[in-house]
Amino acid sequence: MTPNKLPRRAFASQKGAESRGRLAAYAAHALLAAFFVMPLVFMLASAFKTDEGQLLRDMNSLSAFLPSGQLGWENFTAVIDGTPFLLAFANSLFIVGLTVTIGILVNSMLAYALARLRFRGRDLLLAVVVALIIVPFEAIAVPLLLLVNQLPWLDGTIGWLDSYHVQIIPFIANAFSIYLFYQSFVTLPKDLEEAALMDGASRWRIYWSIVMPLSKPAIATVAVLQFLARWGDLLWPVMAVRGDTFATLPLAMQTFFGQFPRQWGPVMAFAAMATLPTMMVFLVFQRWFVKSVISSAIKG
Amino acid sequence: MSMPSSVRTPRSRAAPRRGRSDARIAWLFAAPATALLLGFLVLPFVMAVVLSFTNQRLVSNDAMTLDFVGWRNYARLLSDDAFWSALRNNFLFVAVVAPLQSVLALLLAVLVNKPLAGSRIFRTIYFMPVATTMAVVAVIWSLMYAPDGGVVNRMVGLLSLGHIGPQDWLRDPDLVLYAVMVLSVWQGVGFQMLVFLAGLQAIPLDLYEAARLDGATAWQQFRHITVPMLRNTTIFVLITTTIYAFQLYTQVQIIASSGTAAPVDSFRTVVMLMVHEGFGSGKIGYACALSVVFFVMVLAISLVQRRLLKEERAVA
Repeated sequence: MTPNKLPRRAFASQKGAESRGRLAAYAAHALLAAFFVMPLVFMLASAFKTDEGQLLRDMNSLSAFLPSGQLGWENFTAVIDGTPFLLAFANSLFIVGLTVTIGILVNSMLAYALARLRFRGRDLLLAVVVALIIVPFEAIAVPLLLLVNQLPWLDGTIGWLDSYHVQIIPFIANAFSIYLFYQSFVTLPKDLEEAALMDGASRWRIYWSIVMPLSKPAIATVAVLQFLARWGDLLWPVMAVRGDTFATLPLAMQTFFGQFPRQWGPVMAFAAMATLPTMMVFLVFQRWFVKSVISSAIKG
Repeated sequence: MSMPSSVRTPRSRAAPRRGRSDARIAWLFAAPATALLLGFLVLPFVMAVVLSFTNQRLVSNDAMTLDFVGWRNYARLLSDDAFWSALRNNFLFVAVVAPLQSVLALLLAVLVNKPLAGSRIFRTIYFMPVATTMAVVAVIWSLMYAPDGGVVNRMVGLLSLGHIGPQDWLRDPDLVLYAVMVLSVWQGVGFQMLVFLAGLQAIPLDLYEAARLDGATAWQQFRHITVPMLRNTTIFVLITTTIYAFQLYTQVQIIASSGTAAPVDSFRTVVMLMVHEGFGSGKIGYACALSVVFFVMVLAISLVQRRLLKEERAVA
């Protein structure tokens, strides 16, 4: 059937079908959005409920998702005064921030060498990096624990457990990050670098002033993926950290959650405070997150 | 990757010297990450393989010497009920979550991809759980799963018109793993939605136009254009979901630490068992054998992915 022979009625019915389709799509959206947003609303609403009994009773009705009954900031102040929340939050920021920052530098440097410099062992190194992407952290966690338990540190002590560096140093180099940087660097046009080389610029200068500024999308991708992975990690802190001094947010969340008698109001306040900062970062930098996820998927 | 000769000629005289200093500079650039990879990834990996054949303990014990024990750790694995339940839990989790999460992700992507007002708001909503830390997610759902008057029980009661009574989701050994599946899908599906969205947006629009002109229904368009054009994306999503599912740890660890969970074997995963054996009981050798088995499974899945994607390229 060619388009100009389509009877008018078909057009009309097509239009009807279109608006019906739109309605169905909105209905589906509404249901799904409720499913995805309700637990977060529930967390927030519960965090403000100062009467534990009422919080639990509310779960039987829609009040679970509404700020109803006795409300106040008491749960939040209880968490801040009575738990190491702020310390854990600072620990998480410090550990993840340092890991991601140093990681971007170190991984991109190796990627630059692989993409632009000729040296013996380059092909082998590249092949090893690509092969290492497959090794999941879970498969090396146990021997890594044994290893760091016997390593010396700068102050002369033996064993890295219960420290900041045990949560930073092993995670700086990342094969997938190196690969993402490598992919980005080989697609950059070489002219600028060649010209700079002619003018006597050093390799470091070229890397720092030309290649890295041109690779902002790759940097954002690596930063976002590493941030999400490190920020949420519970496996390594469970093994390598005891006590509160060096605990990150997920570990502190687990500790607080496991305390008895459990008060759900403060637990939800803890959860809300742990969630909101990352959620805000996500909402502000949403465009970057989306791009990063997509480019990692295409390259992965 | 070789440079065009016109570019190379002007500096050909300096080439030998540059080549040598290039190599030195290259290793300066490469050294930090290479050293870290060797020390904290390659070395532990080799250790995992070697130690899996020994009786290594976390805390050295004078009464026990370090011995090679051959395949004993692996043999013990095979007769360890905890290992088989962990494996069963992982496979059950994968069998349900990988297809469910992929289909839901595709549905979300198709919906979000429609030119509707507010599509971006919905996309944001679906992605919000991904930006929520998994430990927090598990805690929120633990309360929603509360027995008797919990939110989930109330919803299930409403949706089933009262046919399904209240369940103790996290304490019932038959239900706890399914409860974990729901919260995992809730948290993770937004990520796969974005991957599918990228795939959808790469499909040329004129394919749909041509199909519409030929009178194809929306379902026919989806079945004969969208699905085949998304083949590679689907393989990628299925495989990554499968690998993530094998790494399952945080959610089940939080639920185990709640103190009110079902018998541990009804939801403990391979990674959780590994932590228990290696860290909890200090049996490094045995935990390393588990690590090796875990790695081999992940490797096998990755190889399947590579095979499937290569076939596609060969056909195309």
